[in-house]
Amino acid sequence: MRAYEDFNVGMVLTSGPYEVTLEDIREFAEEFDPQPLHLDEEAARNGLYGKIIASGWHTCSIFMRMMCDSFLHNTLSQGAPGIDQVRWKKPVFPGDVLTGKTKVASKSRSRTKPQLGFIKFQNEIYNQHGDLVMTINNPAMVTVRHPQIGEDR
Amino acid sequence: MGLYDAIEIGSKVELGDYTFDAESIKRFARKFDPQPFHLDEEAAKESVFGGLCASGWHTLSVWMGMNVRKGFDGLIRGSNYTGPLPRFGPGLGVGPIHWYCPVMAGDTLTYVNEVTNKRHLASKPGWGIITLTTTATNQHGKLVLDKVGSAMMGLE
Repeated sequence: MRAYEDFNVGMVLTSGPYEVTLEDIREFAEEFDPQPLHLDEEAARNGLYGKIIASGWHTCSIFMRMMCDSFLHNTLSQGAPGIDQVRWKKPVFPGDVLTGKTKVASKSRSRTKPQLGFIKFQNEIYNQHGDLVMTINNPAMVTVRHPQIGEDR
Repeated sequence: MGLYDAIEIGSKVELGDYTFDAESIKRFARKFDPQPFHLDEEAAKESVFGGLCASGWHTLSVWMGMNVRKGFDGLIRGSNYTGPLPRFGPGLGVGPIHWYCPVMAGDTLTYVNEVTNKRHLASKPGWGIITLTTTATNQHGKLVLDKVGSAMMGLE
């Protein structure tokens, strides 16, 4: 299992591909974002994008799944204390295939809990055309394998 | 005077309550956040959270559903606005988001939106940005999460 020590600043982890289907877009939107542009073809045709697009919250949730499948499933993750910033850059359409790049921007040990480390991720999510559709910057909490060893400065 | 002018900084909309039962936690997590502490009671007990808890993205997705169903109308009513609706821009992003403590299975969250800022967009004449801060407190009155988001609104 990957621990705090196994993440190095500058390291890039990839995730995906994940295909976003119309059915998935509608299912998420029905429960969590029931706006016409995520649900109704007719309304979407007359809207800004001409087609149904995925809810931005759906895209975030999809990326969470992508990270889980790629590297979180074998990481000693303790969740995240929050998200610094999400930017929805371009719409995600039915049939789009998403890939992700997660860069380790910085890391630091908790000052109060020796077994806890914070890692700052910068995530970029792309569609199949190479367009950047979303960025997410967030801290993550990861278990320190050897809490008794101090961090190199 | 358009909706943008009618909206008052400091105005709040109570969106209501949502109870995160174990089944809905697991259903969301199976699809979007399949980490053991969101999926399995036994594994969750061994985790830092001490029990089954909701994915942070689930707690936010629930907010968005409530926001669409009640938040928008609440904002209009609370502004005493009866005029035509302005243009709305696409959601550009959100943040910062803080998850202060886990949402355990069985917890009920109360969500509230507050307008914390509004300003004209210098880069886009005719448009303004409304900043909304959302808070969620659990049944013990504890602040569980907050986030800052914004919506683009035409000034007409």
